[in-house]
Amino acid sequence: MIKLDSKIPEGPLAEKWTKYKETQKLVSPNNKRKLDIIVVGTGLAGASAAASFGEMGFNVKVFCYQDSPRRAHSIAAQGGINAAKNYQNDGDSIYRLFYDTIKGGDYRAREANVYRLAEVSGNIIDQAVAQGVPFAREYGGYLTNRSFGGVLVSRTFYAKGQTGQQLLLGAYASLNRQIAAGTVKLYHRREMMDLVVVDGKARGIIVRNLVTGEIERYGAHAVVLATGGYGNVYFLSTNAMGSNGSAAWAAYKKGAAFANPAFVQIHPTCIPLHGEFQSKLTLMSESLRNDGRIWVPKKKEDAEAIRKGLKTANDIPDEDRDFYLERRYPAFGNLVPRDVASRAAKERCDAGHGVAPTGLGVFLDFKYAIERLGKKKIEERYGNLFQMYEKITGVDPYKHPMMIYPAVHYTMGGLWVDYELQSTIPGLFVAGEANFSDHGANRLGASALMQGLADGYFVLPYTIQNYLADEIYHPEIDIKAKEFDEAEKNVKDKISKLMSVQGKEPVDHFHRELGKIMWDYVGMSRNREGLEKAINEIKALREEFWKNVRIPGSADTLNPELEKAGRVADFLELGELMAIDALHREESCGGHFREEYQTEEGEALRRDDQFMYVAAWEYKGEGQKPELHKEPLKYEYIEVKTRSYK
Amino acid sequence: MKFTLKIWRQKDSKSKGKFETYQIDNIPSDASFLEMLDILNDELVRKGEEPVAFDHDCREGICGMCSLHINGRAHGPDEDVTTCQLFMRKFKDGDTIWVEPWRAKGFPVIKDLIVDRSAFDKILQAGGYISVNTGNAPDANNIPIPKDDADVAMDAATCIGCGACVATCKNSSAMLFVAAKVSHLAHLPQGRIEAKRRVKAMIDKMEELGFGSCTNTGSCEVECPKNISITHIAKLNREFLKANLDV
Ligand SMILES: Cc1cc2nc3c(=O)[nH]c(=O)nc-3n(C[C@H](O)[C@H](O)[C@H](O)COP(=O)(O)OP(=O)(O)OC[C@H]3O[C@@H](n4cnc5c(N)ncnc54)[C@H](O)[C@@H]3O)c2cc1C
Ligand code: SF4
Ligand code: FES
Repeated sequence: MIKLDSKIPEGPLAEKWTKYKETQKLVSPNNKRKLDIIVVGTGLAGASAAASFGEMGFNVKVFCYQDSPRRAHSIAAQGGINAAKNYQNDGDSIYRLFYDTIKGGDYRAREANVYRLAEVSGNIIDQAVAQGVPFAREYGGYLTNRSFGGVLVSRTFYAKGQTGQQLLLGAYASLNRQIAAGTVKLYHRREMMDLVVVDGKARGIIVRNLVTGEIERYGAHAVVLATGGYGNVYFLSTNAMGSNGSAAWAAYKKGAAFANPAFVQIHPTCIPLHGEFQSKLTLMSESLRNDGRIWVPKKKEDAEAIRKGLKTANDIPDEDRDFYLERRYPAFGNLVPRDVASRAAKERCDAGHGVAPTGLGVFLDFKYAIERLGKKKIEERYGNLFQMYEKITGVDPYKHPMMIYPAVHYTMGGLWVDYELQSTIPGLFVAGEANFSDHGANRLGASALMQGLADGYFVLPYTIQNYLADEIYHPEIDIKAKEFDEAEKNVKDKISKLMSVQGKEPVDHFHRELGKIMWDYVGMSRNREGLEKAINEIKALREEFWKNVRIPGSADTLNPELEKAGRVADFLELGELMAIDALHREESCGGHFREEYQTEEGEALRRDDQFMYVAAWEYKGEGQKPELHKEPLKYEYIEVKTRSYK
Repeated sequence: MKFTLKIWRQKDSKSKGKFETYQIDNIPSDASFLEMLDILNDELVRKGEEPVAFDHDCREGICGMCSLHINGRAHGPDEDVTTCQLFMRKFKDGDTIWVEPWRAKGFPVIKDLIVDRSAFDKILQAGGYISVNTGNAPDANNIPIPKDDADVAMDAATCIGCGACVATCKNSSAMLFVAAKVSHLAHLPQGRIEAKRRVKAMIDKMEELGFGSCTNTGSCEVECPKNISITHIAKLNREFLKANLDV
């Protein structure tokens, strides 16, 4: 039976982290050398953690499924990273970043964790600059900022539209330095298939070598999962093709609670869907909402004419344009948080004002910014995004407004962790998007990069020591132990089961079908009936998968279809848990919108009296109902209000 | 759209490979090149054949995982894009398209169109970093950097490590890739401290790993999807000269 203990330190909010660091246990330098840490994932969270552990003197083994750590999905982040530096003298502070994050998350995140995040945010920028990350600067040589949704200050640092790339390359450089120094050993093209738990503690992992197909075992005194989010459960998302939930799912099945799986972020500004063959959706960074104005035609006839190709956006005069975000939310305008902007786009399109051929699209228009600032300035700010847009759609966004629609982007839910980022399995730590910790029911833009790097550079290097200090009496982990045998056998059984089905349909068929169910019933807008239906349909699809999937080739060689099959098999279980969680949460909050719970104006209606808690689910065995555990959320430093951006 | 595909198939690093021919029909012009391969693979799986293995991940032109020599050009016929951002509307209906892996001594083939690029990681491990431990950094604005330098550093830093430059170069030189990192860090005050050591270590490593030397043909720049300019190679040469002069 799982017991949730968030281990929040005593004392005033602003002193908790300092107190923690002052009183935690430490590991002496010569003992560090004797302790092994496994880090799965080389995105911002994993790379920064692994590099930092290496610098401290631990023995680190780091894993990724790509051919190089630099290719982790963090590389694709575009817009920026938040930090409470107040370089703009616009009234920013640690408290304000903390407040914005809790409010943005619709009061479903833990105060102490979020405060710590805001507290270390400035150090991240310092660290990145020291590594040579080329953030955008003013002519005076100092750093410049932009704004993201849901805030009234400019605290977002950026490197053109490639902030994630530059931050990841910074962390990767530090990782490379440790690999050269011999403190970190890199295992690339490896996929984690199972977690090994010995005497109740995380002691290792089982991986598949994606080149040779061999199943390998690795042991360590602690395991860190930094494996990213599970947005690909929807098939179409802005995530990389290989992004998966499998490592987290394996941990869940071994006893790690899964928190708030239903909290998914649907990003308002993505290039709309255009065909059945499509393999992914492309994000257009939120930073574009700094200068782009979102609108649809006021008149349905105009919208219809545009859909049919009889009119273009430029034919619609200003007075016939409905800048619906500016109209509904005058205080924040185009910079409302993502969940609000996405729902508003859906509402307009459902009402018949959509402009894409499918009816599902709204305009993001730079005409006004170009008039105000000149084309050159816009090019400097967003050049690569405009180029990407044009390459994909064939339309020049300097001349015509972009067409955008919401798409699945980020998962706030993830493995439950306490203040130390430790899961309910001792010795298993979870960092970055893979954990649930800081964003509540909705994440603010530019805060994922911040959280991943905070976890890896500034939180785990402390908290993991508090755990490892008691592990110095354990010799090297014995990978011949029976727990390793069992885990390896499970993995091999799963693979041979997959290979032996030899049905008719390729893996993608099932993934697409699952994606449709998830998008229709567990997407932007949910209701009881739909969620119950989703649960049944997912179950049926899962059965069908195990009867009818076809994986060619063999398991003892590089086999991309087998890789996909393993991930989709897990998504077919995870999707059901998401629906179960969404069904149980009878309120609307952040990205979780239950149609039954809305205000007269169609805004989300939270029910704090009943649902002010983290829902952490415990695995109870195959075919069994998962068990719900609640971690109540207490707000001592923030007054809980109805979220308003009007 | 309809195409004849000539695709390199190779079982593993030890086997010999050869071109196989596939006919494919009903490809939407809005499909990306990799989506076209997805459609082909879907058909192959349904027929019980092994699909074509290729590397890819982000499909947004930024992770550097996709590769492919298409009709003799790294990343295919479009300008300034990676293969994942190449769209079928760039081809003519009925075209024959040749698809090969990167060919270079430093990048051995693993299977079909997938090559091993871990040599790039090793070059960067040799010195492509600034030696700063977590927690050592001063306040970010204590290191002001002229905007022009920061912009040049950023241009160099956008290299995605795809390897198109190597695959294109007749000497299989990795000079543009190495220069991008050397130049990025050499343009920043915090990177200057180790500049001499860095450039020598990276060049030595590159040569050790079997990449050729640069004879300034400039073909790498043409095929680089991120427009990394060969002026960075000139910068590298200056840095290399400096390093050899005063040490
Ligand atoms: C297009 C896009 C743009 C974004 N823009 C921004 C932005 O501007 N600002 C912002 O703050 N956030 C942004 N985000 C969100 C942010 O990029 C991610 O949340 C964040 O980078 C996740 O980092 P991570 O380290 O947790 O995981 P990832 O970067 O996803 O890394 C996961 C790692 O785990 C490894 N891995 C996964 N599964 C396995 C397995 N089973 N076995 C072995 N290894 C495995 C992978 O190889 C990889 O190394 C964006 C996201 C997207 C999709
Ligand atoms: S320099 Fe250009 S071609 Fe070479 S690896 Fe970098 S991005 Fe690719
Ligand atoms: S798949 Fe990432 S660059 Fe092409």
